[in-house]
This record gives sequence, C-alpha cells and structure tokens, in this order.
Amino acid sequence: MSEIKKETLTEEQLRERIEHRDEYSNKDKLKMAKVWWREQKPEDRVKNTDEVPFRLSELEAQAEAVRCMDCIKKNCVAGCPVAIDVPAMLRLVGEGDFRGAVRKMKETNVLPAITGRVCPQETQCQAVCLMSKAHKSTDEAVSIGKVEAFLADWERENGVEIPECAPPTGKQVAVIGGGPAGLTCAADLARLGHGVTILEAFHKLGGVLVYGIPEFRLPKKIVEAEIGILGEMGVKFEPNVVVGQTVTIDELLEEEGYDAVFVATGAGLPWFMDLPGEDLNNVYSANEYLTRANLMNAYKYGTEADTPIADSKRLAVIGGGNVAMDSARTAIRLGVPEVWLIYRRTEAEMPARLEEIHHAKEEGVKLHLLTSPVEYTGNDNGFVKSMKLQRMELGEPDASGRRRPVPIEGAIEEFDVDTVVVSIGNGANPLIPRTTPGLDTNQRKGTIVVDFERFMTSRPAVFAGGDIVVGASTVIMAMGHGRTAAASIHQYLQDGEWAGNGQAN
Amino acid sequence: MAKILKKKTIADKITWYELDAPRIARKRKPGQFVIVRPCEGGERIPLTIADADPEKGSITLVVQEVGKTTAYMGRELEEGGDMLDVVGPLGTATHIPDTPGRILAIAGGLGIAPLYPILKGFKEKGHEVTVILGARSKDLFIMRDMTATLVDKLLICTDDGSEGYHGLVTEVEKQLLESGEKFDEIIAIGPAIMMKFCVETARPFGVPITVSLNTIMIDGTGMCGGCRVQYGGGDKFVCVDGPEFDGYQVNFDRMMQRQAAYVGQEKKAYHDYLCRLEAKAQQIEATEREEAVS
Repeated sequence: MSEIKKETLTEEQLRERIEHRDEYSNKDKLKMAKVWWREQKPEDRVKNTDEVPFRLSELEAQAEAVRCMDCIKKNCVAGCPVAIDVPAMLRLVGEGDFRGAVRKMKETNVLPAITGRVCPQETQCQAVCLMSKAHKSTDEAVSIGKVEAFLADWERENGVEIPECAPPTGKQVAVIGGGPAGLTCAADLARLGHGVTILEAFHKLGGVLVYGIPEFRLPKKIVEAEIGILGEMGVKFEPNVVVGQTVTIDELLEEEGYDAVFVATGAGLPWFMDLPGEDLNNVYSANEYLTRANLMNAYKYGTEADTPIADSKRLAVIGGGNVAMDSARTAIRLGVPEVWLIYRRTEAEMPARLEEIHHAKEEGVKLHLLTSPVEYTGNDNGFVKSMKLQRMELGEPDASGRRRPVPIEGAIEEFDVDTVVVSIGNGANPLIPRTTPGLDTNQRKGTIVVDFERFMTSRPAVFAGGDIVVGASTVIMAMGHGRTAAASIHQYLQDGEWAGNGQAN
Repeated sequence: MAKILKKKTIADKITWYELDAPRIARKRKPGQFVIVRPCEGGERIPLTIADADPEKGSITLVVQEVGKTTAYMGRELEEGGDMLDVVGPLGTATHIPDTPGRILAIAGGLGIAPLYPILKGFKEKGHEVTVILGARSKDLFIMRDMTATLVDKLLICTDDGSEGYHGLVTEVEKQLLESGEKFDEIIAIGPAIMMKFCVETARPFGVPITVSLNTIMIDGTGMCGGCRVQYGGGDKFVCVDGPEFDGYQVNFDRMMQRQAAYVGQEKKAYHDYLCRLEAKAQQIEATEREEAVS
C-alpha cells in the first residue's frame, strides 16, 4: 500500500464542507481531502473478532460523498457488477437524505451491508472513479464501499423498509444454495411476485458469508439481518437439504411442484496439492479451518461451542489469496503465536486485496515468499511437524500476466510447523452434476455450463450462477449472476420459452 | 428440526432414536448416513442410518455415548422433543449385486447398527448371508434378535467367553475361510482396529472385503475435506466417495490417527460436561432436601 497521508478532518471542517456542498467546482473537489475512516489498532483487534474499520459517522459519510464530481461518464456504475447508480446515491448522501440514498442503492443491490464490506471496490467502482484517475491512485477514490456499508447500517438501525413485492404469480422457484448468488436471486424473484424457497445444505443460510468470511470482516448478525429481510418478503428457507442427496433436481421439478430451479451451490470442493503427508493431522483445507472457526464457532470451544480446532503454536497458510488472508488472520485471533503465509511468488503477485495483505501484516502475520511445500512430515501420532519447502524464483509472465514461479533446483528447506492451512483455491462441487442427468458441465473445471446472458443450463427450467458456473470468484460477481438469472427466470416463467442450450463457457 | 418419535436405552450407554425425517426416510439406501447437530453451539456428527420407515417417515439411529455430543443426546434430548438439525441421506449407497451370492458380514459392537440395513438390502435381493456378531460380553449385544431373524446364519462371539465363541470376530472369520467356505464378498463394520484386522485376515484368501468408515466430518458434502483418508495411491473423501470402501486400499493406521485428532480436547469437553451435569444434579437434590425439611 502506497504511503499516503491519512488526514483526519475536524467536525467543523466536515460541517463546513457539507454546508457549502453546492458551491464547489470539480477543481475544488480534486483538492478536497479524503475523509479517512478510523480502524481498530492492530494490537487491540487481534484480541477480538470485531470489525477492523470503524463505521463512518453521518457527518463523515456526508462529507466524503460531497467529493463525488458527478461526472458524465459514470465509470463507477459500469464498474459495479450490479450497476448501482453511485453518483445519484452519493448526491443524496451529501444532502443528508440517507433514506433516499438507501432506496437508490437498493434499487439494484439487495445486500449492501455485505457488499459494502466484502466487495473489492479498489478493482471495481473505485478503480475507475475519476478521482482515482486524476490523482493516479485508487486510494484517492471516493470511498464508495464505506459509504455503502454506512448506508446499510444506518437503515438497519433506523428501520428497514421491506421491499414491496408484486402480487403472487403462482409460480414457484427452488433456489439451491443460500449464499450470495442464491440470496440475491431469491430477493429479486420474490419482488417479482414469485414463490421462492431456498434449499441450503448447512444448518444455517449464508453460504460463504457465514462459513468462509470471518466475523471481523463481515459480522454474522449483519448477514442474519439481511436474510431476515428475505424472510419478511415471503422467501421460504429449508436448511439441512442437500440437493442431489435429500432430493434431486428432477424431483423438485416433477414431484415437488417447482416451475424453475436456480443452482447456486458455490465452489465447494477444496483443492489440495497431492503432496506426501497431506493427510496428516492438522493439515486443513482453508474451507475446513474457516468453517470450524466461523460457522461452528470453534473459538468459543469449551464454553459455547462443541467443535474443536487445532491448538497451534506455529501455523502456516499456503497461498496468497483473500481466503489465505482470512485463514491467517483467523489463526491470529484464535491466539496462535506464530502465523506464516507461504506463497510461491512475491508479495506483488499476491491475488489478495491490498487492504487484506496490509491488515494481515499489521496483525503480525509473517510472509515467507518464493517458497512452496513439496512434502509434509509428521510425528509418531500422525500430526504434521514440518514441511519441505521448494525455493522459487520468478520467471516469465504466465497467462495471468503475473511472473511465473520457477523452482530453483536443489533448493529445499525444512520449515517447522504444527498446523498447515492449504488455501490454494476451490473447484466446483460435483454433487449436483453427478445426480442431474443431462446437466452439462465443463469437462476440465467441473463447472455447470450456462450462457452468461440468461444463465440457462442444458436442462430446461434449470438455471445456474455464482461460483458453480465460474469456479471460485467474488461475492459481488455471484450476486450479479443471481440478479441477471432472476430476470431471466422471470422471463421464462412468463413466456415459458426455453432458449437455453448451455453454450460452452 | 426433527421430532424425536421414540427414544430408548438398549444397552449400557447405547440409545435408540426414531426421528421424524420423511424426506430422508423415503430417500435413504443401505449404507448411507446422516449428520446431526443436537443443539445450538453443538457439533455436527455423522451417524449411519440403522433403519427407516418410508411410510411413517421415520429413520432410526443407534448411538453410543463416547463424548460430550453423544452424552448430551442420550441424557438431555427427550422423546417428543427435537433433534435440532438432521441432514441426509449422505454418502453413496452400498453396492448390492442383483445376482444372489454368498455374503459374510462381520460386525463388532455398535457396528451391527450400520450393518443392519445393508443385511436387509442383501436379503431383499436373495443373497445368502452369514453374520459374525462380536461384543465384549453377552449383555452388550444390540439388535441381535432382529438380526437373527433376518439372516441365514448368525455366529456369536464374545471377548469374555460369556456366550458363543470365546475370542475375536477375526478368529471366527479365519476359521470360516480356512474351512473352505466360499464367500463372494465380506463386509466388515465396527471399530477401525477391528476392520483393519478383518481385512488382514481376509487378505490371504483374496476375498473382496468392503468396510464402512466413520471419520470426523463437518459438512458431509465434500466441501471441507476433513474426512479424507489415504486410499490406494491418493486421498478419498469419506463423506462423498464413501462411507464404504474396498478394505484392501484403506490405510487404517492413518485413519485411526485422524480419528484421534482432537482426542485431548474431546476428553476434556466430555469430562467437563459430566461434571456440570453432576453439579446440577447435586444442586437439585440439595434443593429438594431443603424443601422437604421446611
């Protein structure tokens, strides 16, 4: 993260900016200081599971919104996977009309409290913000994400308006999977008057929002509140249903009376590296480590929760993505004294958000770069005790544009650990394709094949979106799919025409 | 949420539950299991379905108290109450050939519960089934009569010699195989150590042997990989690839180590729970005594 001066404005300065908001030219706005949010100090936050950034105050949100130049191009809208009318939203915030701003935001985004926190804004709306361009730094963008989270929290505390739903159409849709794609699709379909039931494999809805993303990045009570709104809109929830096992898609359509199905089962298949000793005790997939800590509350083991997790002294996370950062930072909060990130390239190539890497380092996570495990060894009881790491150097750029790690021959080092969290990505879970005849999948990736305009699969009345069609991606991408799929399902329910042929993706 | 239609103790620390779970009852096949979570904050544990009644919409689970979660179930859940979460049926079904053959099934202790629906499945397709049932002592047998009426031949053995053959199930297995009896398949279900030695006993005779593995799981859908076992040249996920596997390919030693991954924490949680229960009971007793006095 580049060194930038994070000035704090006084209340007086904030008020003055808000008062004169209509008098500033774009030139003035370019010189305006960004309103930085405050954060919990690293030494405090490693001891709790509260969020790292403090919420913007009403004045801060207003003053930051005033920085928007309301430019003609509206790059931010195009940069948003669900196309929030950001300038209109910011204008209302600037005026202090928070209710109006919430309504504007919710026209296209049904889960703003979540996206405001977990969207990678610095590569989306904020990356293309005119402020970023003018200053040649995304740090200078209007803090769209922080304002979005502020608005969603403001609404939760000042009375949520349950979206109005169209009169019942009599049509029923089964949404498979209660994660971001499924929740978004369900909300949109309910608004259009369709009966919607979400079938969830776990005992709790939310998908990756509850089992994967940790409390300190996304408080679970916020997810629960958002899901509660869906309930008030008439969406039905059936947890503990594994489609493909408890009931098949064919049965949903033929016996249980559903008119259409939306498959949003996510990327639930953890990748391992197929290394010797990878099945040793305390070698976890990131999915398992995070599920134990988040969904099953292992950090309250012995008091409020019965699911244990390793009591580690020296833990290594393998990988450099957001999930790796979440795992490492979760370990820190579980009280693990030494937490390492083992990554095969350098920090510059890490796919994680800069903010996450920055936070992880602040909290004491140590980086061990240009290395990759090749073998794990265990003690007599089968617990991992060390790993052999292959040293790497960077070679030519690969297809992703990042420089490829190349093993340095013979450069192997021993690294002591008592816990390993493998966080190298996820593939598509095969349960549904395996139990749904005629549902085409990508041979190599196992993802369900859809056309990306209507999200239709090779099976009539069956739609799919989110990670199950692309492999592991982002929450907002999944929500975008859910939203487009809902419109497409609505169209199909109205005219009954099936144009899907599941073109190759 | 699943209503507990029936709950009874069938042996020391072994409880029989019938749960109202119509979808699972209709769908389940021999060999499959469910994951239950008994209460808020509770753990998710896999349990094999011992029987099901699709018309009544009920499934049967037979559970031995081995730790805090199973102790809570046995001691605090009540008939007429609810099991908070039940999900399934999970895993793949037992492969039961259509052409009738001769099957040798071996169950140790609680293993008869998961074995029972498999035996039923084999009998329905006309297989000839011999069962070796083992326990530490004769009072510890469960589901014995229902097994006896189902199968062609039932051989009993006990560790203490209180009934039947005095010794281990593997010794009876060996005698049968040495006597020249021919079996198309052996199925062994019980503690990992028993299954390991059933496999070793069968190996020189080359009879195919299937085992059912009970590893630690969380989701049961292949999402976490916590249940993985070393199998042949690689790893398998018990929850979706199993629970039944070719016994010759399973690395039982590693599997037993993985089963013991949290043994220290689990022992403490179990102990703490029992202490809390006892303290509660003493308090109630003291209050009652006080009330009686006044």
